[in-house]
Order: sequence, then structure tokens, then C-alpha cells
Amino acid sequence: MMDTSRSPSEASGFSRKLAATIIIVYMVVTLIPISWMVATSFKSVDSAISYPPEVFFEPSLEGYVNLFTNRSRQPKDYLDSLPPPDTWYEELVRSREMVITGPSKFLPRYSNSLIIGFGATFFSVFLGSLAAYALSRFKVPLKDDLLFFILSTRMFPPIAVAVPIFIMYRKLGLGDTHVGMIILYTVVNLSLSVWLLKGFMDEIPREYEEAAMIDGYSRMQAFFKVVLPQATTGIAATAIFCMIFSWNEYAFAVLLTQFNAQTAPPFIPTIIGEGGLDWPAIGAGTTLFLIPVMIFTVVLRKHLLRGITFGAVRK
Amino acid sequence: MAEIEIKNLHKSFGNFVAVKNSNLVIENREFFVLLGPSGCGKTTTLRMIAGLELPTSGNILLDKEDVGYLRASQRDIAFVFQLFALYPHMNVRNNLAFPLKMQKFSKTEVDAKVMEAAKLLRIDHLLKSKVSSLSGGDRQRVALGRALVRRPKAFLMDEPLGTLDAEFRELMCLELRKLHDDIDATTVYVTHDQQEAMSMADRIAVMNEGEVLQADSPKIIYNKPKTKFVANFIGSPGMNFIPIKEKITPNQSSIKLLDSSLKIPEQREGTNSNENFLGVRPENLRLVSENGVKGNIFGVEYLGSRKILTVETQLGNIKIRVDSDTQVKINEQIQFDTLNNNQIIFDGSNDMALQSEFMS
Repeated sequence: MMDTSRSPSEASGFSRKLAATIIIVYMVVTLIPISWMVATSFKSVDSAISYPPEVFFEPSLEGYVNLFTNRSRQPKDYLDSLPPPDTWYEELVRSREMVITGPSKFLPRYSNSLIIGFGATFFSVFLGSLAAYALSRFKVPLKDDLLFFILSTRMFPPIAVAVPIFIMYRKLGLGDTHVGMIILYTVVNLSLSVWLLKGFMDEIPREYEEAAMIDGYSRMQAFFKVVLPQATTGIAATAIFCMIFSWNEYAFAVLLTQFNAQTAPPFIPTIIGEGGLDWPAIGAGTTLFLIPVMIFTVVLRKHLLRGITFGAVRK
Repeated sequence: MAEIEIKNLHKSFGNFVAVKNSNLVIENREFFVLLGPSGCGKTTTLRMIAGLELPTSGNILLDKEDVGYLRASQRDIAFVFQLFALYPHMNVRNNLAFPLKMQKFSKTEVDAKVMEAAKLLRIDHLLKSKVSSLSGGDRQRVALGRALVRRPKAFLMDEPLGTLDAEFRELMCLELRKLHDDIDATTVYVTHDQQEAMSMADRIAVMNEGEVLQADSPKIIYNKPKTKFVANFIGSPGMNFIPIKEKITPNQSSIKLLDSSLKIPEQREGTNSNENFLGVRPENLRLVSENGVKGNIFGVEYLGSRKILTVETQLGNIKIRVDSDTQVKINEQIQFDTLNNNQIIFDGSNDMALQSEFMS
């Protein structure tokens, strides 16, 4: 007997189950490296490099302590002569026969990443939305060529121009500065942002800003009060892409930053422990590094799904 | 409120001429309709009055002041769009208050004006609603409210009822006209729907291919169209055009139609061409039993209160309006002649109506 309770355009029970299975398998595959990384961040140094790898282990915060501190190994009699440790992390370090000599560079690097990532995202979206609006609404001479030209900056990997940029930045004094990195990431993101946002701007009927302009607003005011709020969906999508790029960018960061403006990506893999890389600390750094971009994406995802312009214009 | 004068207004987009040297005067407190088929330049004219397009040449005078090249925001005019263009990210109250926020009103003044407009349009219970939750008619009212809240010099409306259901459109026609009268507005209204135009307008300007063909009251537009286009565009069905193969001379008061002679209003003008047209409305023809023009019934449209007959004759297909209880059959041979002495002769060389005893 036919099941007539669902419409023919809906998926059948079998194809739904199949889809769910594929998604779950895919999810497990993609989540293994991430869960392994999170697990590593809670291992001790020894257990992180043990072979065969330990799936079950005694969790330790050693990685996180190592990430945030600089330590030095001391002889046992010196350690015994010290007053008892005040904090749990000092105790943990002492149990490894070391003392904390100061904070590590992780926090400054992390805040560099935040400043540069959000800064570049803001400027990419802001400048991109202005350019996209202009290209969407005005008669710009050679518009199509211009758009192609803008896109063409993404037709080669950005790192291909690393050498000229490196020389340019040294001459201009932009090397290893926050401003320099924000400019660089903004420029790289701008073509994507212009193209994405132009698509969204094209979808917004001109009548809105025309209505605002008739009601006494200048074009600029109409843009900020009427056009931008309706482009929220597009802005959220564009911001996510720009943020992910600037947050994760590695090659230029290695090349152009060392001390002052170094971001977290080139810093984390170089965390050295005794006799090699400090894998739990690297795991901890990477785990913490994931969090802001994850929050950012989850927060903006609401805007992506809401589609606030729906139903406002009767077509 | 204001008088709007359009002088030699011209607009071209590249090679395409949207509006050709048009002249119009829209009087204070007038409900003026720009009517024409799509692409005739009516919307472009309206957008030039609003300041959304700049004229290629010519002037627009608002209360004698030339505003043709001013920004839209400097003209003190309100515009109602076909798609309403309500701001979806604001609720009804903020939509209504938006035009006021640009003028330096205190918050209490803004609230009072919003309330006044909302009460006038009976949307005061919807002020807190989201725009997206409103019905088409309520959106229309909010759009009107946003236009009238700051009491502009003139209202411009671009097919504001175009997207409403037929039933609701009739109601809104009445409401719009009443609103116009209540607030002593000057309104310029664009539509392609002649019924809307006829029912609301004080005067109608019929446009085609960028030109204003005639601007007159609905009655004159209907009865005394100046061109063949106007005669055909207005009325449902349009006027019949019967080809006449003779030159018209001044003082002529009858023409030859097939074998018989037909009395027409005394002409004041003549033509050079001998290919002209006799224009006669379907309701000015009647069925007769003898001495009429012969034809065969080709089609019958029953329209409730009346019937439209399409009759095949040697002069071409001719539409006749008869009472709905008139009994005719397809292919039946009938005869008809003209009723009333209000026929119009159109000059075949330029499609213009000739002056006559009736036309002047």
C-alpha cells in the first residue's frame, strides 16, 4: 500500500535515514582531528607523545599552564628551599621540578590575533559594502572590467606576491605592525567582500533608499539607515568568511610579523618544551584559538538564517 | 499644497527617449492621473517630479519655484511606491516616524503627528506591528501614512494599488480619493488602469511613447479624444475606427459609407489625405431592421448589464454595445446605424481628431 501521508516532493523515510547516516559519518571524520587536539591539550607531556597513543588518559592542565607560562628547571634542593606554592599551577609546575619565571607570549599573540582579525574583518566589510553599493547602484564607467579586475586579485594565491609585499612593507615601515597586518588582510579580503555584498545589494530594491531620500535623507544617510540594515544577512555571511581568513592566515603572518604584531598562528606551533615541541601546550593554544571564531560564527549564524527582509515587499 | 508645472520636460536614456518635451500644469488640490500603457513615460515623468531622475532638459516648477534639478530631499514631496517600500527592519510606528526624524521635531511632536496620521488611515492599532506581518491593504495604508505624515506639498503615487486584489483595489480607490479631499492634497497618480484613472481623477493626462497626448477631465477624454490612440486606449472596448475613403472638407456634414450616406457633426477642419477614419463608440451604434450597415455577428460577449457584439462587415470588424437581453446568434445577419450625432473624424495622415461642431 502506498504511503500517501507525505507529499511526493518530500523525502522518503529511507532517503532521510541515508542522509542522516552520511552526515554523521562525515561529522565523525571531520571531528576526529579536533577532538584529538582537544584531548592532547589535556594530556601530560609524556602521555601526549607515548606510543601507542593513549585514548584514555588522566586529564591534566599541564598543557594550559605551559601555554601561559615560561618556566625553568631547578635543582631539587633549591626547590625545597622555596616557600610552599601559593597556587595550583605553581604546585603543578613544581611537581615537574620547575619554577614559573614569568608569563609566556601567548596572551599578547592572542590579543594581536583578535585586534588584527576583527580589525581586518571590520574594514573589509565596511569598505566592501560601500564599494558594493556603488557598483550595484551607480553607472560606473567600465563597471564589468572593474569587477573582473577586483576579482582577479584572487586568481593567484596571495602568498605569490609575498616578496614584493615584504619589500614594500619594509620600505613603508609597516612590517610587524598591527596597522600593516590589518591593511594586508583587508586588501586580500576586499575582493571577496565586494563580490559577495554586491550580490546582496542587488537584491535590495532601490525603492527603499529612494523612499528615504524623498523623506529628506541624503544618500549616505539612506545607505546607513535603510540599506545596511537590510543587508544584515549578506554582511554576516561576508564577515564570517573574512574573519575566518584573517584569523587563520599563517604564511603572511610568519613572513611579516615577529615580535610586536605576531599573531597566534605562527606562534603556537613554535612552543618549545624540554627536548622538543610541547604538544599539550600546542593543543591547548589551538583549542583556545578555535573559540573566538566559533563564537563569532555561531552568533552571526542567527542573522544568516533569519532573513529579515522576507515578506516586507509584496512581489 | 501646491501647483506643479512641467515645461518642455525631456528625458532620454542614451538613445531611448522616455519623455518628449512634455508640458503639463497640475493645479493646486487637483487629483491628477498620468495614464498610459507600460513604457509610455508616465513613471519617468513622476520620478522626475520627485527628483529620483533628473531631466535631460526642461523645467519642473513647484509653486512657481524651479525644482527640476534639486535633490529629492529638498523638494518637500512625498512618494508612494508600487511595492510600498516599507522599511522591513522597523515597526509601523518607526516607519511612520522616519520622515519626521529628519526634520527637527521633538519626540512628543513626532508621536502626535504619527498618531494623527495613523488615526486618519485607521492603522493606529497596528503601530507596534512588524511590517512583514501586515496584510497588503494595511501595508498600503502604512505607505500612505508615511507619505502624508509630514504634510508635503504634493503626493506622487506610482501605481500604488497595482499589487492589491481587485476587490480591495476598488475600496482603496474610494479611500484614496476621500483622503485626497480630506487633507486638501495635490496628488499626481500614475496608473495603466483606465478604470482607476476614470474613477478617481479630476483630470487625466494620457501618455504614449513619451508624449502627453491629451490632458482633460475624464468625461472629455472619453467623449472627445484628441487622437486615435486616446480614443482606442480609453473605454472598454475602445472606439471603433471605420475607414473612410474620402477627403474631408470644412463644413462637410455627411460621409459616404458603402452605399449609404451617414450624417456626421459639421466639420470645422478638412484633411489632405483621403484615407481617414470615422470614430464611433460601441454604445453609439444600434441595431436596426432596415437601411443600416449590414454585417454578420462574429462574437458575443456577455458582460452582465450589457452585451458587446463583434460584427463582421465590409468595413472591418465593428463592436456594438447592446442591452444584455438582446437576442442574437453567431453568424446571424444584422443591420446597424449610428445613434447621436457625436462621431469623430480622425485624419488618417496624423491620427488627430478633426475639429467639428461636436468636438469644439
